Amino acid sequence: MIQVEIRKRINTYDGFHQLEINTTFAFHRVTQVLGDSGVGKTTLLKVIAGLASVDAGSINFGDETWLDSESHIFLAPQQRGVGFVFQDYALFPHLTVREHLLYGSNDNGYVQRLLSMGRMEEFAGHRPGQMSGGQQQRLAILRALATKPRLLLMDEPFSALDMNLKGLLIAELKQLIMEMKMTCLVVTHQPFDAGDFADESYKMKEWG
Amino acid sequence: MDWTPIWLSIKLSFITTCILLVIGLPIAYWLSLKSSWPKLVLEVLITMPLVLPPSVLGFYLLLAFSPQNALGRWLHDVFDVTLVFSFSGLLIASIIYSLPFMINPVKSAFAQLPRSMSEASYTMGKSRSQTLFHILVPNIRSSIITAAVLTFAHTLGEFGVVLMIGGNIPGVTRVASIAIYDSVESMDYAGANKYSLVLFSITFIIVMAVFILNRSLVKSPLE
Repeated sequence: MIQVEIRKRINTYDGFHQLEINTTFAFHRVTQVLGDSGVGKTTLLKVIAGLASVDAGSINFGDETWLDSESHIFLAPQQRGVGFVFQDYALFPHLTVREHLLYGSNDNGYVQRLLSMGRMEEFAGHRPGQMSGGQQQRLAILRALATKPRLLLMDEPFSALDMNLKGLLIAELKQLIMEMKMTCLVVTHQPFDAGDFADESYKMKEWG
Repeated sequence: MDWTPIWLSIKLSFITTCILLVIGLPIAYWLSLKSSWPKLVLEVLITMPLVLPPSVLGFYLLLAFSPQNALGRWLHDVFDVTLVFSFSGLLIASIIYSLPFMINPVKSAFAQLPRSMSEASYTMGKSRSQTLFHILVPNIRSSIITAAVLTFAHTLGEFGVVLMIGGNIPGVTRVASIAIYDSVESMDYAGANKYSLVLFSITFIIVMAVFILNRSLVKSPLE
């Protein structure tokens, strides 16, 4: 399991707040992280990915220590084997859809499977600027899967998808996650967004 | 017309631009990351040539490079190099003088890229340098071209620093701007006009080329 015990002072629109999290996430499960806007959901994902620092705390991924502020252990994001779907997609404007996936994987068969899963084969040669918001969001999800991560962190990953496509993508994504024994944390502020997708829920507390 | 000063100016501008491209990109990238006091001081130093009279910069470089002083003497004793009144000295002075023209636009371009773009690359297992060269640099290509052109054009028109460091040695340090000044001094207005026209034409063509190359990406090379 993933053990997270962190403290971090974060700056929000109404001043500084103390983000305190002490929880565990089960391996090979999809956990939905819920909470109101500004409660620190994105920060939590970034801390787990190694993209944000904490004031104090620790993160253990099974037997591996990713972060331990007391022992000054900080594993770089590159070494954590994490896939991240960013809320703003964070796509690379100069790369085509296929190049995005090949940036993370040399396995052509797997890249083809991802393209098929995201219904992106016909856009494989397109750049992000030539695609709709929904297509870009699908690409962001596929790119995060390209490295075959152990832990998939997704920040509002389905917000721009239409209901029909969302249903199809979620079903296949869930199958891939189970097949590859990934652990997944999905941040959403709308519980129904990932309702069919998540196995567990974790609600983040409001500021005290 | 003696084409040597024109050729020397182009050679100086080209080498300066190439060297600044190599050293400027990593410096600009580093400066675009989280700010700190040492970075602030370095940024101020890099920007100084923009506001400092060229003669002031030239004077201090002349003092520094002079074999009478510590740095110049050390360079002479250890490497047998004399930078004053030499092309090498001119080159170093040009690099220092043109630093802000390369670094400032590139640094701004790096800073404007969303941070999540780098973060996405890191989570894909890519190092900082892989991210820099495969993801960030291709996405600020137009700014790099603009910075390179500004650096080239600025070096081409350099006068004060060149005069202080290089003097006016034909074939060695007598660049086009010095040749124009020299021609005017000796009342050879026709000669000055020829050199000026050539410099004007070269600069015009370069800036025009950048406008055409970047017309869909940037509005003006000066932005």
